[in-house]
Amino acid sequence: MRHIISILLENESGALSRVSGLFSARGYNIESLTVAPTEDPSLSRMTVVSVGSDDIIEQITKQLNKLIDVVKVVDLSEAAHLERELMLVKVRATGKDREEMKRVADIFRGRIIDVTESTYVIELTGNTGKLDAFLGAIDTSLILETVRTGVCGIGRGDRILKV
Amino acid sequence: MQLTGAEIVIRCLQEEKVEHVFGYPGGSVLFIYDELFKQDQIKHVLVRHEQAAVHAADAYSRSSQKIGVCLVTSGPGVTNAVTGIATAYMDSVPMVVLTSQVPTAYIGQDAFQEADTVGITRPCVKHNFLVKDVRDLAATIKKAFFLAKTGRPGPVLVDIPKDITNQKCEFVYPKTIAMRSYNPIVKGHSGQIKKAVQLLLDAKRPMIYTGGGVILSDAADKLTKLVRMLGFPITQTLMGLGGYPGTDRQHLGMLGMHGTYEANMAMQHCDVLLAIGARFDDRVIGSPGHFSEVPRKIVHVDIDPSSISKRVKVDVPIVGNVPDVLDEIVKQLEAAEAKPDAKSLAAWWKDIEEWRGRNCLRYKQGDLIMPQYVVEKLYEVTGGDAFVASDVGQHQMWAAQYYKFDKPRRWINSGGLGTMGFGLPAAMGARFANPKATVACITGEGSVQMNIQELSTCKQFRLPIKIICLNNGYLGMVRQWQEMFHGNRYSESYVDALPDFVKLAEAYGHVGMRIDKPADVEGAFKEAFVKHKNELVFMDFRTNPTANVFPMIAAGRGLSEMILAEDL
Repeated sequence: MRHIISILLENESGALSRVSGLFSARGYNIESLTVAPTEDPSLSRMTVVSVGSDDIIEQITKQLNKLIDVVKVVDLSEAAHLERELMLVKVRATGKDREEMKRVADIFRGRIIDVTESTYVIELTGNTGKLDAFLGAIDTSLILETVRTGVCGIGRGDRILKV
Repeated sequence: MQLTGAEIVIRCLQEEKVEHVFGYPGGSVLFIYDELFKQDQIKHVLVRHEQAAVHAADAYSRSSQKIGVCLVTSGPGVTNAVTGIATAYMDSVPMVVLTSQVPTAYIGQDAFQEADTVGITRPCVKHNFLVKDVRDLAATIKKAFFLAKTGRPGPVLVDIPKDITNQKCEFVYPKTIAMRSYNPIVKGHSGQIKKAVQLLLDAKRPMIYTGGGVILSDAADKLTKLVRMLGFPITQTLMGLGGYPGTDRQHLGMLGMHGTYEANMAMQHCDVLLAIGARFDDRVIGSPGHFSEVPRKIVHVDIDPSSISKRVKVDVPIVGNVPDVLDEIVKQLEAAEAKPDAKSLAAWWKDIEEWRGRNCLRYKQGDLIMPQYVVEKLYEVTGGDAFVASDVGQHQMWAAQYYKFDKPRRWINSGGLGTMGFGLPAAMGARFANPKATVACITGEGSVQMNIQELSTCKQFRLPIKIICLNNGYLGMVRQWQEMFHGNRYSESYVDALPDFVKLAEAYGHVGMRIDKPADVEGAFKEAFVKHKNELVFMDFRTNPTANVFPMIAAGRGLSEMILAEDL
């Protein structure tokens, strides 16, 4: 099953490689990984999306907690949560495709943030499924380039991950 | 007071009451060596290869309650040390590894003797640090000692660039360390312990299985008290030997791939299993699937939550420090009105005695020296009281099977990583930690050659280690597997062109002995341990080249699928 694991860790050089090294050394899967400092600059927050059985996810959270730089670990997918991913797509936008591309971007609440005579860059946020759906909805041959941030997530309501 | 980084390193070690540092100098570590030279509180042990420095520091920790410290230079000093660090990590041995690094400004420029130490060692340390500011140095070393010995112990490495060792700052050694990200649990959850006690009292076929955690946490006395109080059978892993007296009737011997018939059968057929400081690894329980075929309730006590339910699903997990948890179990048992079910226990012991009756460690001593016989004689001659370091292979298993350890920290071997070359430097470390003790190194002609250069260190420091080399001319464990699983194709397991170990020992200034006949074994030991008490003696025992280690469970098979010597 797919799990979203949120990690608060010391914002120190090497902390990221301790986490990524753990996943590769123990053969755990990473679908995506995002990391950035929090409002407290001494802490970073990381979101890892991984797929595995309950036993494996349990081991992953235990092994993460064992890392000295890791302060807290939460499996967001255990309860109600929100997840978002940002994608930038550069597409060919000429002739009749130009209007059609804008129309589809509007339907998905995307924004066109760069325009040239022949291309658009479309910015889109949402959960992974929505971004995949957008890519499915446009003509693949028109896609020049895509870049995605990977998932970041947060618990709903009173679920708070803080030191 | 303003001190240089190098002075700070020495002051920190003095604050930690470090008596010995095992190491090897080199370019980037020179300022630290200069400060070592100027003082006499800390004794430096100059090894002949960095791997040996780490193994010696590791065994120094294993054989005492002190923390081993080693010091090596950047680049090749570190890469040579990696095998030693990984060895300590796999067996959770507390240790502080100080490494020097090229100057800060050179890092990342492929400088002479530069290596990404923090990167290379990351997967085989509990934690590591690169010190980038001399003002962080003292606190970092304090953290290293704190991390190494608390929680699940392990090696911690501090990498110090050369320029940092020559910069000055005010020296303050922190008294305590608090880390928001590191708070190991000590006390076990009392509700969980209550459940465990109930299971133990209800058990019909109980079994206790203990590992290295008992040794590392110095819980041998408390364990012995609990086991005697319950009257249950106990088995210990390779790493746990000595945690409970090996000569006691309740002890069924070691379990696992080369464990005794009675220990493995009892482990497989018990209905309640109390696992303490052990981790159900592949060499211990074989196939987890086969192990789970027999239903049983498992209580697992361990300080590391990630060791629990990793290979085997556990019913009652108890995270905590072993001695604290054992205290609580004993307290609750004493308060409980119920007692263990004596009738079922008697029936269970009857089964066990039947299994024990198979006498699975029996062997025949013929014209050639049997390696088992050598270990048994060593046990007799040393009164079972020696510190025994071993290398890795058949001799290691025979040592574990036939030397009955009654006390903790006497049996020193590389269990997790299985590092050949561990034995001799480990014996050195054990002797430094226990300067009056009898120290033996049980090894093979393969393993001993992996760190043979340490005979020179032994001479320099007059270490009267007794090296018992079970020389069968083969990489014996490899040969055994080739015989059993690879159609007798002995691919590269015959070691041709062995040195004359007697002359080799003599060349290093030691005593060498060669023993070919079974009748000479005992006499040779007496000569080595009495006449040459204060000298290193290299005893080259020419043993039966085809002797194999039994019982044996083939890799991936189940605990009750043992091959016994009598089956062949």
